[in-house]
Amino acid sequence: MWSFFHKLGSPPWLYAISGSILRWLLPITLLALFVGAAWGLLFTAPDFRQGNSYRIIYIHVPTSVVSLAAYYIMAIAGAISLIWRMKMADVAMRATAPIGAALTFTALLTGGIWGEPTWGTWWVWDGRTTSMLVLLFLYLGVVALYEAYDNKEAASKACAVLSLVGTVNIPIIYKSVDWWYSLHQPASIKFTGESAIDSSMLYPLLLMICAFYALFTCCLLMNMRAEILQRESRTGWVRKLVASKGDS
Amino acid sequence: MNAPGTAGFFLRLLRRQLVLALRRPIEIINPLLFFAIVMALFPLGLGPAPDTLAAFAPGVLWIIALLACLLTSESVFRGDFEDGSLEQLLLSPQPLYFSALTYSTAHWLTTGLLLALVSPVFALMLNLPASAIPALAASLFLGTGILSLIGCIGAALTVGLKRGGMLISLLVLPLYVPVLIFGSAAVRGAVEGIPVAPYLAILGAMLSLGIALAPLAVAAGLRISLDA
Amino acid sequence: MYFDSLQAALYMDGHGAFVWAAYAITFIVIGLLLLTPERRRRRILRELEGEARRATGAPQSPAEGA
Repeated sequence: MWSFFHKLGSPPWLYAISGSILRWLLPITLLALFVGAAWGLLFTAPDFRQGNSYRIIYIHVPTSVVSLAAYYIMAIAGAISLIWRMKMADVAMRATAPIGAALTFTALLTGGIWGEPTWGTWWVWDGRTTSMLVLLFLYLGVVALYEAYDNKEAASKACAVLSLVGTVNIPIIYKSVDWWYSLHQPASIKFTGESAIDSSMLYPLLLMICAFYALFTCCLLMNMRAEILQRESRTGWVRKLVASKGDS
Repeated sequence: MNAPGTAGFFLRLLRRQLVLALRRPIEIINPLLFFAIVMALFPLGLGPAPDTLAAFAPGVLWIIALLACLLTSESVFRGDFEDGSLEQLLLSPQPLYFSALTYSTAHWLTTGLLLALVSPVFALMLNLPASAIPALAASLFLGTGILSLIGCIGAALTVGLKRGGMLISLLVLPLYVPVLIFGSAAVRGAVEGIPVAPYLAILGAMLSLGIALAPLAVAAGLRISLDA
Repeated sequence: MYFDSLQAALYMDGHGAFVWAAYAITFIVIGLLLLTPERRRRRILRELEGEARRATGAPQSPAEGA
């Protein structure tokens, strides 16, 4: 257990293992994304109330779910880097922020595009939309804080503190925004009890949620690999890697 | 050096902050002037109809108070960072948690408290019903405390940076959202005749949480900024 | 397949433009998310390679066993 933890902190090991994970995870992710998108777009029946515009759910819900989860992953990585001074947790935290921001942005954008044919407006100030907007600002704050520091080590520590503060605040923000706008659609997927949406629509949605989690993992690992190379460029193992590389 | 120190130390630190603020009264008056000027912009932008102004007054007053807190919190640690006394504070044996809390308290006493005290005047100018004025003052009294604590986190994280001005608003404003929601809801509730106590209780709960946790983040932020 | 023809799939009873635009934007974002780190990694590797070549090539010293 502890040796695994130590290995996680070792850049060469992480670089190698993430490379071999990506080799099979990336094709699976892309395949799942295409299958899920085609399934949702072409093979499911339209919703009886919203018609075909509901098909956006297969990208809107997964991006929203993963973007919120990504904030917690970022905060946990930040906490690990602050408490145990683990450099690789630092790298993970740094890599998560832009991915999370991009996913939140996509969720907001697809939500807007979904809203126009369904409710006749591009933007509503309802609880969820507003919470997602605040989440986007929280992500952008982390990115901006990181960019503002010249000393990148201090930058990651500052971002870790900020993301922890954000983590404490997110439930409060979500609850207060929910309360502020109490007229919102009830959550449409429940894992316990009866599901509110038909199973023929649920399976592609679950596939897409898994695909987006996998996509997030891929992006995280790829960003971490680039960051590791940059940070470790003066060390022996990277030089050996560069020297042994047959121009691929 | 030790036994009388801890509590006395923080009282002395608080007194020092207040004396420093009083030496430059313009720093204390600035947020109030800001409040007055921005408040005067709203009738110009929205039109002078008393009903419109009264409808917008709870939100408008709260947003201006929030911006005034934000603008002043940027400079909480600035002076002490530049002359090196912040470094001395970090090296001192006193727990940084309480020092951070003291800085926040001093900031609240010189901005939030004063804003809460003068807010009734501006509320009357914006035609807010008189029955809502106690709720406004009380919600600002509690809410600006939270704003000061959160603002200090942002200030601590950006104090070492040359260009922290816009950055701090990006860091801090999303965290202000719950305070704004419940603060303005309290005032609007008072206008509509709903009991205000639950809103104030929620603000008080958030303030307690802030007092417990925010100084930790401020202390961590100060350590990072001074190491950088 | 739910739709009868490609035309129907593209039109989607009037919602097609919205649905396809949302999917297109999402897949563009996914593409960017995947390409940016890979390009950055390649660039770093290329730079390091160039650096290594300069370091070994310039002094023309055959004894470069580090």
